[in-house]
Amino acid sequence: MTRKEKLTASLERRYGKRVAAGGRGGGPGGNAARAKGKPANVGKTIRRLMVYVMREKARLAGAIICVLISTLSSLAASYMLRPIINTYIVPVDGSRGDPAGLFRALLVMFAVYMAGIVATYLQARLLTRVGQNSLQRMREDLFAHMQELPVKFYDTNTRGDLMSRFTNDIDNVGNMLSSTLISVFTAALTLAGTLALMLYTNVTLTIVTVLVVPLMLMAVRRIAGASAKYYAMQQSSLGQLNGYIEESITGQKVIKVFNHEGTTMEEFNILNEKLKAHQIKAQFFGGLMGPVMNCSTQLTYTLTSVVGGILCVARGFDIGGLTVFLNYSRQFGRPINEIAMTTTAIFSALAGAERVFAILDAEPETPDDADAYVPQPMRGDVVMEHVSFGYNEDHMVLKDINLYAHPGQKIAFVGSTGAGKTTVMNLLPRFYDVKKGSITIDGVEIRHYNRDELRKNIAMVLQESHLFSGTIMENIRYGRLDATDEEVIEAAKTASADAFIRHLPKGYQTEIDGDGSNLSQGQRQLLNIARASVSRAPVLILDEATSSVDTRTEQLINEGMHHLMDNRTTFVIAHRLSTVRDANAIMVLEHGEIIERGTHEDLLAMKGRYYELYTGKAELD
Amino acid sequence: MKKYTKYIKPYLFFFIVGPLMTLTEVFGEIWIPRLMSMIINTGVANHNIAYILRIGLVMLGACMLQVSTGVLGGYFSVRAAVGFTGDIRSELFAKVQQFSFADLDDFSTGSLVTRLTNDLQQIQQMVMMGLRMALRSPGMLVGGLIMALTLNRDLALILLVVIPLLGVSIFLIMKTAYPRFTRMQTALDALNNGIKETLTNVRVVKSFVREDHEQDKFEGLNGDLKQRTLDALNTVIFMMPVMTFFMNLTAIAVVWFGGNRIIAGRMLVGDLTAFITYVTQILMSLMMLAMIILQSARSMASFKRVSEVMDFVPDLDDRNAARKDKEVESGRIEFKDVSFSYPDENRIEDDETTSVAMPKAGTGMEARHGAGNDGEDFSVLQHISFTIEPGETVGILGATGCGKTSLVQLIPRLYDATEGAVLVDGVDVRDYSLENLREGVGMVLQYNTLFTGTIAENLRWGNEDATDEEVRKYAEYAQADGFVSSFKDGYDTMIEQGGTNVSGGQKQRLCIARALLKKPKILILDDSTSAVDTATERMINAAFANELKDTTKLIIAQRIGSVKDADRIIVMDDGKIVDIGKHNELIGRCHEYQEIYYSQVERKEEVPA
Repeated sequence: MTRKEKLTASLERRYGKRVAAGGRGGGPGGNAARAKGKPANVGKTIRRLMVYVMREKARLAGAIICVLISTLSSLAASYMLRPIINTYIVPVDGSRGDPAGLFRALLVMFAVYMAGIVATYLQARLLTRVGQNSLQRMREDLFAHMQELPVKFYDTNTRGDLMSRFTNDIDNVGNMLSSTLISVFTAALTLAGTLALMLYTNVTLTIVTVLVVPLMLMAVRRIAGASAKYYAMQQSSLGQLNGYIEESITGQKVIKVFNHEGTTMEEFNILNEKLKAHQIKAQFFGGLMGPVMNCSTQLTYTLTSVVGGILCVARGFDIGGLTVFLNYSRQFGRPINEIAMTTTAIFSALAGAERVFAILDAEPETPDDADAYVPQPMRGDVVMEHVSFGYNEDHMVLKDINLYAHPGQKIAFVGSTGAGKTTVMNLLPRFYDVKKGSITIDGVEIRHYNRDELRKNIAMVLQESHLFSGTIMENIRYGRLDATDEEVIEAAKTASADAFIRHLPKGYQTEIDGDGSNLSQGQRQLLNIARASVSRAPVLILDEATSSVDTRTEQLINEGMHHLMDNRTTFVIAHRLSTVRDANAIMVLEHGEIIERGTHEDLLAMKGRYYELYTGKAELD
Repeated sequence: MKKYTKYIKPYLFFFIVGPLMTLTEVFGEIWIPRLMSMIINTGVANHNIAYILRIGLVMLGACMLQVSTGVLGGYFSVRAAVGFTGDIRSELFAKVQQFSFADLDDFSTGSLVTRLTNDLQQIQQMVMMGLRMALRSPGMLVGGLIMALTLNRDLALILLVVIPLLGVSIFLIMKTAYPRFTRMQTALDALNNGIKETLTNVRVVKSFVREDHEQDKFEGLNGDLKQRTLDALNTVIFMMPVMTFFMNLTAIAVVWFGGNRIIAGRMLVGDLTAFITYVTQILMSLMMLAMIILQSARSMASFKRVSEVMDFVPDLDDRNAARKDKEVESGRIEFKDVSFSYPDENRIEDDETTSVAMPKAGTGMEARHGAGNDGEDFSVLQHISFTIEPGETVGILGATGCGKTSLVQLIPRLYDATEGAVLVDGVDVRDYSLENLREGVGMVLQYNTLFTGTIAENLRWGNEDATDEEVRKYAEYAQADGFVSSFKDGYDTMIEQGGTNVSGGQKQRLCIARALLKKPKILILDDSTSAVDTATERMINAAFANELKDTTKLIIAQRIGSVKDADRIIVMDDGKIVDIGKHNELIGRCHEYQEIYYSQVERKEEVPA
């Protein structure tokens, strides 16, 4: 094998399965291939969509009336040319033309045109409004519902997927509501009207025109088939190339450190050439539709001219009739084409709507009891008794966990990834509910708490530091919206964040961009700690909160938080054992069970798992 | 635009023939109504069926000409556009390969990916459409005008009045609409970012019970988006009615003036029909032209973003290197009064309006200090000098943000020192060719990446021609062989993108093995064993000591245990070297070292190790 063949084979193995999401890159023929799945229950989805649209009944009715007026007026105006030519310009009876009559007739024509124009404008205006209002409501419903969904929902759906429902799917629905549906309606109306007028004008010519239609449809289907096939190939190689680009740009620094630029370039070029080859085919077939449609229009026009001319000579068909007919033959293909093009778009929009509704149908968090307990204030006595939990029924992640923590205590969890440390902490604010056993705070089962009150009293700092766009001040204040500037700064000091914040050119007013990518991981963690400490919640959970902070800074944080922890119940999860050394109790978790518990000294004396970890004889993954 | 001509050259034939085909197509399209008018004027008027059939055949020929040139024109345009953008994509990617670390920090990962994917796609669309339509619309316009003029000069005067009026109206509508669309896009981006943020931070939102707060934020953004969308759409919906108005007005004028002429016997009735067809064609093409202009205005933004990368001059290259053939031989490192600060961040205007959701890659640097509030010197490194002899093992310790990573990154020239010089084997690193220098310096980055491919393929990054035995041997040194062999597919196990299917500690060991395969003279580990347990780490260190005797080793670590046995330890604080020495010396005299030590090991209690 040559080097190139080897690289190609390797690329195929690594990236072969990727497919670019349906983009906007295809030709018109690509529409068919782009439709993301078929809607499962068209009737039901349409009914639910109608609920949104029906709130705009008046506007919708107005729009439909406008569509009728504009379509009818354009049909009428186009037909008026026949009597005008036949009566005033070249009278059929052979008499001289009548300029005054022509003027009057044209005035009427102008009026008809104007009615159509005004109706077109009003219709567009009304429909835009209907579409946007429905979209706004749909987005709002979706967002509001998502706020109520349990954490479990977010753990089982990817963010990318949820985002695409907010963007692509809703966009598709919006387009459908505000333009696609109406254009199909208009097209159908125009088609019917034109056909009727054509038949009225001349039956023979109509037959000639209609004969071309099946020919055209056949060509369209052929092209669309080929186009869909090549479009799929293009999307697949585009997906591969994009995946490659994304990966190598993300890992660009490693590429440089390994002098790997050359090979990367070779591989890139192989994928790029492949994409080029597929693109040429896909785009070519996609672009065929235009010329072919054009050709069939011209063919109809030619046939109409010839047959119409012969009819004029042989059967005395009027010139005015021929003139309007020629116009009809030009516009006859358009609505057919439009309907063919938009049905796929409508189906993909319906499928999108279905995905949106699927979220709206997802079960929200169980509602609070009517007499839900509101702590005033919470002390923070946490008791877990025989707690078992699994994300699904047949596999228990936690087995028979028992613990008691009271205010002022620091309880630590140590264990490998997957041992269940984070899961324990997910139960406390009721992100998940226990399957067996009970958790009580201040003697009340947490199930019976008012959920919001429960969560307000538990502050969490998570391993993945999360920040919001806005200033640093706003980010810390997120912990308690009514905190004063002084309190925010105080909290930052507690978290040892004050020093680095002051070093920033804009201090506390520094804008966080994206997810805080202008700060280091360690700094982000410090802000998260500050946010939790400003909240004054009596229960504090630190889940790997200082994993990216050096040990000395960590110690400073610990000292800073010491007085803060005085009357709080603190739970700490850490990988680094130095973080948990001073805890009142350390729980060593393995496979969902607490296998050892006690203070640092107790555990060392026990010479068990903790001792092994501490002395480096075992590894935490 | 000039710089793009060289990408046109290989496809010049397609670039020329494509539009020519389109022109021919236009010719056919314009010719047909003229032929039709001949049927009415001569054939019907003279009752000559043979003539009608003859002209009919010519029309059929024109149809064929039109469709064949149309198809060919499409093909050539596609070839031209795909070739053109494909080459630019390749060039762009090659450019990124030349970027320095600082350049990569400036453009974010997401923005670079967007430029290489979406933006280029946009450009390709535009070129393709440009080649098809740019000549088509003006062709139709000019051809239609010529036909109209030859049919009837006086009637064509109507167009002279209507075209400017229509042109001005379209211009006004677009001028109003364009900024409104930009504002709509901004509102859309804001909404999407808002949603993304809430989704990402859902646990935070829930744990602080801020659902209402988020809902309020969202409703504000959502309402904003709706208003701006309405603003934008309500402008463009004028387009259709205005267009129709002028078209209809022209038709009425043509019928009125033409009708009078026919009545007066100065014009043939077939010409009237043909004339109306031409007028429609002309106005339609004007409309299309306006659309193209609008479309290309959008693509210009993509062009700009791509050009930005193309024109970017990497801030670090080896063009002026004095000793390009020099290779790293012994691995001696010397820092001579080195100071360093990261280049000013905002060199690039980076609007990521279309960027895909993507985490910014770890920049590999700790806290970035710029000039602070009070004008102090916040250089990341300040006047650093030291020498490391070949084969030495040196540990580097210090708090987050003290400049450890920045320091070692100067050795393989990932960044250039702002002041002073870094020497390897007595030669300034700037005098090596980048390839030779980086060949000699192996580095395991703090934020490391494994690539899609098998474990063996990933390890062979260090040395493409390494035998299976060699791969296994170095994996053993990095203590990776054990877990790799325990996998079902062993070294052929596929690593998923980003290396998500191996644990943190395993990933770090694979990255070390990959660097070892390079057999570098200098090996730098930047906090590369943080997720590896201490016992395994000790075995890695032992392997280094036994098997890599001649390699100079620099080890940055958080844990004192990782560097305790090093020949020397450099203690850093706030961009300066505080002390250099052995563990035993430092524990006695260096305050910072003691602090770090006692933050990890309890005072007075030495853990048996």
